[in-house]
Amino acid sequence: MTQAATNTPLSADPVLQTRPENRVWKKFRSHKSAMIGGVLVVFFILIALAAPLLPIPEPAATDWGAVRKAPNWAHWMGTDEIGRDVMSRLIWGAQASLLAGVVSVGIAVLFGVPLGIVAGYFGGWTDAVISRCTEALLAVPFLILAIALAAFLGPSLTNAMIAIGISATPIFIRLTRGQVISIKSEDYVDSARAIGLPTPKILTRYIFPNVLPPILVQATLTIATAIIAEASLSFLGLGQQAPAPSWGSMLNTAKNFLNQAPWMAMWPGLSIFFVVLGFNLLGDGLRDALDPREH
Amino acid sequence: MLPFLLRRILIAMPTIVIISVMVFALQHLLPGDPILVLAGEERDPEVLEALREKYRLNDPIPVQYLAWVGNALQGDLGVSLRTNQPVTELMAEKLPVTIQLAIMSMIFALVIGIPAGILSAVKKGTATDYVANVVALSGLTLPNFWLGIMLILLVSVNWQLLPASGYVPPSEDFWQSIRTMLMPSFVLGTALAATLMRHTRSSMIGVLSADYVRTARAKGLAERVVILKHALRNALTPIVTLTALLFGELVAGAVLTEQIFTIPGFGKLVVDAVFNRDYAVVQGIVLVTAVGFIFMNLFADAMYYVLNPRLRGQ
Repeated sequence: MTQAATNTPLSADPVLQTRPENRVWKKFRSHKSAMIGGVLVVFFILIALAAPLLPIPEPAATDWGAVRKAPNWAHWMGTDEIGRDVMSRLIWGAQASLLAGVVSVGIAVLFGVPLGIVAGYFGGWTDAVISRCTEALLAVPFLILAIALAAFLGPSLTNAMIAIGISATPIFIRLTRGQVISIKSEDYVDSARAIGLPTPKILTRYIFPNVLPPILVQATLTIATAIIAEASLSFLGLGQQAPAPSWGSMLNTAKNFLNQAPWMAMWPGLSIFFVVLGFNLLGDGLRDALDPREH
Repeated sequence: MLPFLLRRILIAMPTIVIISVMVFALQHLLPGDPILVLAGEERDPEVLEALREKYRLNDPIPVQYLAWVGNALQGDLGVSLRTNQPVTELMAEKLPVTIQLAIMSMIFALVIGIPAGILSAVKKGTATDYVANVVALSGLTLPNFWLGIMLILLVSVNWQLLPASGYVPPSEDFWQSIRTMLMPSFVLGTALAATLMRHTRSSMIGVLSADYVRTARAKGLAERVVILKHALRNALTPIVTLTALLFGELVAGAVLTEQIFTIPGFGKLVVDAVFNRDYAVVQGIVLVTAVGFIFMNLFADAMYYVLNPRLRGQ
């Protein structure tokens, strides 16, 4: 790669070489742990997407002849208390986990970013009201709020995602608000105002793109937290409902069979660990790559 | 000190009001007629009407809210639908258990997190630092309920060293109480230790390059004295604040830990309440933890003020 680059005359031009996308990508690639994170994330996404195509038993198919069988050739990761294939449930469970991570963070970004932009840009009363509400939401621990919402909305994967999304919203309001406050006095925003651009246009064309990088980083890291939150809620019985597979509820069942079938607890825990690790490393790597101060 | 605290309390007031509105609003998320939920199996129209009267469900919503807040201020958070006990009483019963868990976990967190943070800051960039960071990242990544399950498997099932579940009050048998709580508090403590370690590390790194640390070294003080007396003291200020702010993580962690180890505390209470559709208990717990968090914040502000002499002159 570097060999080819030095041979082409175009790359000698420093201006072409420092296009921002290239810089970010280059920096990201040189970041070993970020690449590991990226690979882990892509691996789990592929597995989740390919679940219907893989030659594995149905995740809900029971086999009373193979109850709590240790890992073997027919069932690579063993079977559970009613003879379901653990690997199949694990792979289908990846769908629930990733979906919960992405959808709940999507909800948080969708509500949090506009509210943060409005609070930061307009200031005054608008800001005061939004900020007090943010503080109130932040005062309720993540999991307690999610539990309360799951309790009142009824336990299901969808409601767990909504609950986690609402709990994560204040993080994005705060972050966006802070970013907007620091860039709204920049010259290019002043000039946009001076030439009489309407406020919505300033917000979408000048403010939004410039607050995007830190939000991207935060979103990646929050997906990790959201996946743990979904697993926790499912572990408590408030997320994905049986018999649909999810890593958290697999662990909840496994807890009762630790003596006889420890493998039932091994795999879901390891899966959560690696997917969360993946998003955490990816987020840290993105932060370093997108940080303009180091260019 | 006093005006500073008063100002803080004034700022916290609207937040507490918003929290109370949010908690009150929860019951309006219930699908269908709330009275049918509150009444359980009961379907007699007269009884339903009496209940509606009792819970003021015929009043306009703002009136309902004011009545609810008025009661809450007098310590009346309603009655558990299941046990008919007042919610406040129920919480007061379970709270000591969770406080014991919280204190023991905090001890684990501080004993592991702070020395690890100091070590990795002092040895920044070495293998020790690297290992400490990897361990801390794993601590943040590992779901603590899984760690709990694995520890039960190892310590209780395979080695049979510690009980896997249950609770013994310290007043009954102090050492047995500590023994049963050892594993749960370790599980909860390690999760917090990771956060503490990371903050101690970055705070120490900042302080270690300060002028007064260089001066202390230049005048020939032993490295141990420089680190523990000059650097750590200054680095600790933000860490003390952070410890108070870990309250939220502590509560959330307690919910899961109590569930794994079947400890009859606050966390188990809220989860059981959810399954029993005991809404007053859920509301009570959310309200109390949120207000508790605000007070922890105030406490953190006060501590920061006390520990940081530069603020006192203002």
